[in-house]
Amino acid sequence: MPKRILQIIDTPYRCTLEEQDDPAIWITHAMRGAGGEFGLLLRGSAVNYAVKGQDAAGLTIGGRKQTQPPRLENDLARLMEKDVPVYVVQEDVEERGLSAGELLPGVHSVNRTGVAALFGEFDAIWHW
Amino acid sequence: MSDKKKITVSIMDGPFENARTVTALRLIDIAARRGYDITVFAYEGAVSLAFAKQTPHANAVHGRDAAEEDHPLPREWVASLIQTASANGGSLDWINCGLCVDERGMSEAVPGIRRGSPADLWKAADASDGTLTIGTR
Repeated sequence: MPKRILQIIDTPYRCTLEEQDDPAIWITHAMRGAGGEFGLLLRGSAVNYAVKGQDAAGLTIGGRKQTQPPRLENDLARLMEKDVPVYVVQEDVEERGLSAGELLPGVHSVNRTGVAALFGEFDAIWHW
Repeated sequence: MSDKKKITVSIMDGPFENARTVTALRLIDIAARRGYDITVFAYEGAVSLAFAKQTPHANAVHGRDAAEEDHPLPREWVASLIQTASANGGSLDWINCGLCVDERGMSEAVPGIRRGSPADLWKAADASDGTLTIGTR
């Protein structure tokens, strides 16, 4: 039985424009394809990844236009389709003035006090 | 019970930018001296750590020529760690994420480095006693 791993992201948008994705989300997709089992916890400002309707299109530097902007909402939705549960810390959502209705359907909310119990559901914790 | 362990370390930072790089190499050094079987998955900027063309330089501020400055180069540390692991009965399998190598043009690495993919990280971690990921900030 493969280990079940909880991936934690709390620093968002580090290089999402250059990479056209979030590297920790991307590698989770890739390892899931290789047979790994994962969950994803978004904390701090990274809860913003779960907001619907983000649009990073339109970047042009010099004459070079970006034709494939990051589509984080889609990346998370596809992870959930691959049976990777996505969690957000509820207090971090609220502190940023976000409401549950603004988040992707299917994202699970967990209170800060519930994070430790969530850890207990996994064999390992990887903090990116 | 054998004390020999299998560990996997995943790193993301390139050289000369922050303390996480040296901290990671120091931890790997300890494991190498203990003869552990170590897998390092160098992801994103960390693929630059083993870049073969890193070159030392003099330092006029320090008042030293290149030889005196003896600037440490991560590629030397990486090559040496591979030897240290082997000399102590263990191994260091250093894997550069292939796509990360391509986008950065870091195709020339010191001997002993291999190109891989996230599947290699997953397989190594699944077979390891413990895995440490050191993300970037």
